[in-house]
Amino acid sequence: MNTTNNNQSQAQTSPLLGRTGEPLLTIKNLHANVNGKEILKGLDLTVRQGEIHAIMGPNGAGKSTLASVLTGNPAFEVTHGSVTFYGKDLLELSPEQRANEGIFLSFQYPVEIPGVSMVNFMRTAINEQRKYRGLDQISATDFLRLMREKKELVEMDNKLANRSVNEGFSGGEKKRNEIFQMAMLDPSLSILDETDSGLDIDALRIVANGVNKLKRPDNASIVITHYQRLLDYIIPDFVHVLYDGKIVKSGTKDLAFELEERGYDWIKQEVEETR
Amino acid sequence: MAEDILHEVTQADYKYGFTTDIETDIIPIGLNEDVVRLISAKKNEPDWLLEYRLKAYRHWTTMKMPEWAQLKIPEINYQNISYYAAPRKNAPKNLDEVDPELLNTFNKLGIPLEEQMALSGIAVDAVMDSVSVKTTFKETLAEKGIIFCSFSEAVEHHPDLVRKYMGSVVPHTDNFYAALNTAVFSDGSFVYIPKGVRCPMELSTYFRINAINTGQFERTLIIADEDSYVSYLEGCTAPMRDENQLHAAIVEIVVQKNAEVKYSTVQNWYPGDKEGKGGVYNFVTKRGLCKGDNSKLSWTQVETGSAITWKYPSCILQGDNSSAEFYSVAVTNHHQQADTGTKMIHLGKNTSSHILSKGISAGVSNNSYRGLVRVAANAENARNFSQCDSLLLGDKCGAHTFPYMEVNNDSAIVEHEATTSKINEDQIFYCNQRGISTEDAVGLIVNGYAKEVINQLPMEFAVEAQKLLQITLEGSVG
Amino acid sequence: METIKNVSVPEVSLSGKLEGLEQQYIDLYKQYHEQIKQHSASVMNLSRDVSFGLFEQLGFPTSKLENYKYTDLKEPLSGEYGLNLNRLKIPVNPYEVFKCDVPGIHSYLYFVVNDGFYPVNDTRNETLPEGVIIGSLSQMAEVHPELIENYYGKLSNTKKDGLVAFNGAFAQDGFFMYVPKNVQLDRPVQLINIMRSDVDFMANSHNLIILGEGAKAQLLVCDHTVDDVRFLSNRVTEVFIGENATYEHYKLENTHTKTTNLSTLLIDQQASSNVLGNIITLHNGVTRNTIEIDIDGENCETLLCGMAIADKKQQVDNFTSIIHNQPNSNSRELFKYVLDDMSKGGFTGKLYVARDAQKTSAFQTNRNILLNKSAKMRTKPQLEIYADDVKCSHGATIGQLDETAKFYMQSRGIPEKEARLLLMYAFTGDVIENIRIDALQDRIKLLVEKRLRGELSNYEGCVICQ
Repeated sequence: MNTTNNNQSQAQTSPLLGRTGEPLLTIKNLHANVNGKEILKGLDLTVRQGEIHAIMGPNGAGKSTLASVLTGNPAFEVTHGSVTFYGKDLLELSPEQRANEGIFLSFQYPVEIPGVSMVNFMRTAINEQRKYRGLDQISATDFLRLMREKKELVEMDNKLANRSVNEGFSGGEKKRNEIFQMAMLDPSLSILDETDSGLDIDALRIVANGVNKLKRPDNASIVITHYQRLLDYIIPDFVHVLYDGKIVKSGTKDLAFELEERGYDWIKQEVEETR
Repeated sequence: MAEDILHEVTQADYKYGFTTDIETDIIPIGLNEDVVRLISAKKNEPDWLLEYRLKAYRHWTTMKMPEWAQLKIPEINYQNISYYAAPRKNAPKNLDEVDPELLNTFNKLGIPLEEQMALSGIAVDAVMDSVSVKTTFKETLAEKGIIFCSFSEAVEHHPDLVRKYMGSVVPHTDNFYAALNTAVFSDGSFVYIPKGVRCPMELSTYFRINAINTGQFERTLIIADEDSYVSYLEGCTAPMRDENQLHAAIVEIVVQKNAEVKYSTVQNWYPGDKEGKGGVYNFVTKRGLCKGDNSKLSWTQVETGSAITWKYPSCILQGDNSSAEFYSVAVTNHHQQADTGTKMIHLGKNTSSHILSKGISAGVSNNSYRGLVRVAANAENARNFSQCDSLLLGDKCGAHTFPYMEVNNDSAIVEHEATTSKINEDQIFYCNQRGISTEDAVGLIVNGYAKEVINQLPMEFAVEAQKLLQITLEGSVG
Repeated sequence: METIKNVSVPEVSLSGKLEGLEQQYIDLYKQYHEQIKQHSASVMNLSRDVSFGLFEQLGFPTSKLENYKYTDLKEPLSGEYGLNLNRLKIPVNPYEVFKCDVPGIHSYLYFVVNDGFYPVNDTRNETLPEGVIIGSLSQMAEVHPELIENYYGKLSNTKKDGLVAFNGAFAQDGFFMYVPKNVQLDRPVQLINIMRSDVDFMANSHNLIILGEGAKAQLLVCDHTVDDVRFLSNRVTEVFIGENATYEHYKLENTHTKTTNLSTLLIDQQASSNVLGNIITLHNGVTRNTIEIDIDGENCETLLCGMAIADKKQQVDNFTSIIHNQPNSNSRELFKYVLDDMSKGGFTGKLYVARDAQKTSAFQTNRNILLNKSAKMRTKPQLEIYADDVKCSHGATIGQLDETAKFYMQSRGIPEKEARLLLMYAFTGDVIENIRIDALQDRIKLLVEKRLRGELSNYEGCVICQ
């Protein structure tokens, strides 16, 4: 498949103007199943360097499925379409290869791994990434310095870092831990799956600050959320509405406000009418 | 993909599988009263010990191999085994006299004697095949009145202690393998910690089977006198051989009033190849007696080796307020079989015991936990908590749990919890998403799963145990 | 040294016999097998000699056998028991002695006296749905030989259990129930087992229950003993549950202390079937319940509950075995014991998950309370798991009533005795809640409360009737 050409044509036909960065992620006509049921039904999306995309939509629209498919969760099956990341066929890669290519998912429900310390977990992850990129293992001092630096970013308690991965963490601590890991691994594309759910206002602010500080012209984020609330803190360049497995509407931040005010019903109606 | 990883990892070499080219003194195969007499004579034993051996031998001939375990044990021809093998250069006076080949062996095993003496401060008794080769640090320990020597030396120099305690915890009639061991045991370690002495260093024994067609029947006796403390480590390896090697040991521990003993094992006998050929049959009787009030005994074991394991390190809580612990990680892969667990026998008042067992099965192996908690009629206020978890990696292995609880006193509280599950795929995916391969993820998760047990081990052993788990199981997810 | 000798791992021999006790029955069979066969259906006679041969080999099980570890049958099996091999009619009017109505339960009602189905003309039974057959096993075996031939003895493995083999040799009759495809019984079926005799007596009955595809039935089995003699009942019940069928089996034992009740309940479940077993021992002598459920189809639901309240020198041993042979089924098991005086409790919870039975979920709980220094409890969960994608767990506890809860109640002015009672009652609550017939649940609640209060500590005939 000639992915380069596809990327170019996608860029030219993009309905949204003023886009300049290099295309990072290109999703074309993506269809995906879980347990034999089709959830994504032809999704298209292009994400360029330096952009923040918010994906909103009613429950069951396929928002989390998109995150799972992009990261290669084996429970999901891609039946049709293509996803390219920096020109590479992402769907060909294993979950860990995708991670090492620079895709990071902040899980909606971070997994507890009893007995595995955060330190051990992070050091393994960092070294795998370095190995993948042909670098030497990180030295103990560098690693500890990095840990210290990034912990501050999300105001994470020292004690949390010494505990087992997510075990016994509160909902807020788990989400903060996700952003901490994101900071450690420095991804080029981060996907935040309902990172705001279960967070009180202080935790939300800390998490959002962390994300904003990590923003650079050469990386990008996809923020999946049900509510507009998070977008007060993380300002998106684009807002997309996902409904019934497709992106049915795209716009700027104003679209998020409109959704907050009017709910999703009018979108559903519009979709039904155009059918 | 996972299949490939499983394949790759399960091909991992048994890194301890080398043989050592040392002259050995082996007696002909077979077992009868003359062989028992020959062993005793080779060791210049006193008459009482020979008589004890013969009594055990005669009892053994009336017994049958136990069949109740969840094990398929091929028929063993006990007349086809040599019951004594010793490195020929015997009883070195100092390290210089130890066969350099042998020292080299121990270096390969990761237990350089000199280095250990110098750096880690652990006193090591190494038993190769049947004979205790060298006990380090003997002089340092002697200053405190601690006796740490080979069993043979103890028979020679401390016959009263040996005679008093040998067989007092594991009688020669106890079971088939205990009777066999009592008849033909060759050597082992002996420890005596005098009253009020806290052993300043960890005592360690390394066992290795080397010669072909030999059984290893070592015997360990540990006595902790009143108010004393000792931590004892045991490591086991064997070379790769096509034939099965038999290992039937006895460990007896006596814990007197207010004393505490910690006994840790990392067992890595050769498990056989991936087709199930060869490997060690590990049929071991380990038992401690918390004899005095407030005594404490703790067993920790990490079992990764052996083709077949039949082993139940047990505690008899005789003294009032005595307590016991059993921490175990048992891993089986390929065709390995393990039936292991513990027995906690509560006899005294206010006794408590704690059991934590983590079983991990992979390949086509079978892994059973078998445990007994018994509270005698007079054991007022006994407490036990047991937790037994099993983890399954792959769909051709088996995990079994047989906890027996027998309570004869209404003031007892005995609780047992157990779970069996496959390795959590969400955890693996979470690791994958952070760039960690499935192989490494399984290693991480399994080590995390076993951590509570591994944390009980002294540092040097904990590191080795973690490595062993990694080697045996990384990525064994089908 | 003495104490230590006693704690060695118990050696289990694979064959155990109560040497000597078997001989009189072997002689009896050899002498009277013609008469036994003459008074029984030919279908049941087909395997009789084979069963006898197996019994000769196996003998009665001893406590040396792993599966009979917690029941010593030596004492109960000693002595001279009479057997009614010639099927003499027992002089009894079950209605007179037992007005076994659970208030509020409108049931179909049947009796087995000793080991024979006892025909009565009960008007309630006239409205049985069409196609449903209920009656004497030996009689129905003559009327519907094809039906019974296909099922009789198919679950009872005479090769592995001496008691089952003994039953195969001596059983001549029992209860038979057949519910055809898609027929759902609107009312519970109540089966009253009565033991009555003037001399020490042994009964070997064999029950056979068949539910066709999509059928539905509830069976309430009550065990009672009448006369002041020693009774020994050795019963085998085979239950076949078709696809999508629903079956509830309640067993309520209320017998006197001279009774030995040996009961083997074998259930086979086909796909998508739903089975509830609830085995309650309220009052007894020596009881051994063997309950084996084979899950032979996907998507089955199985719930097995039970409880025992025992005092004096009573013994209750429930040996349960749930075998998952097929994937995607759920089983739950819950047993509770309250033991007082010198009573002895035993529980084995065997759970077997076959290699292909992926996605099995199986949970087991056994909780026990000892109220007296001399009471004893033995429990042994036994999990054998060969599939990896499973969720299995078990928990077992042996302990006392919660002292802090008791104190809390006392501090609210509840007397200690009442507080203990409330706690014991609460302890058994979740077993009773798994009775899906409301009226029966209410009745059992009342009986348990009475039993715990000591009001039923002496045998009072049929407690269900009062």
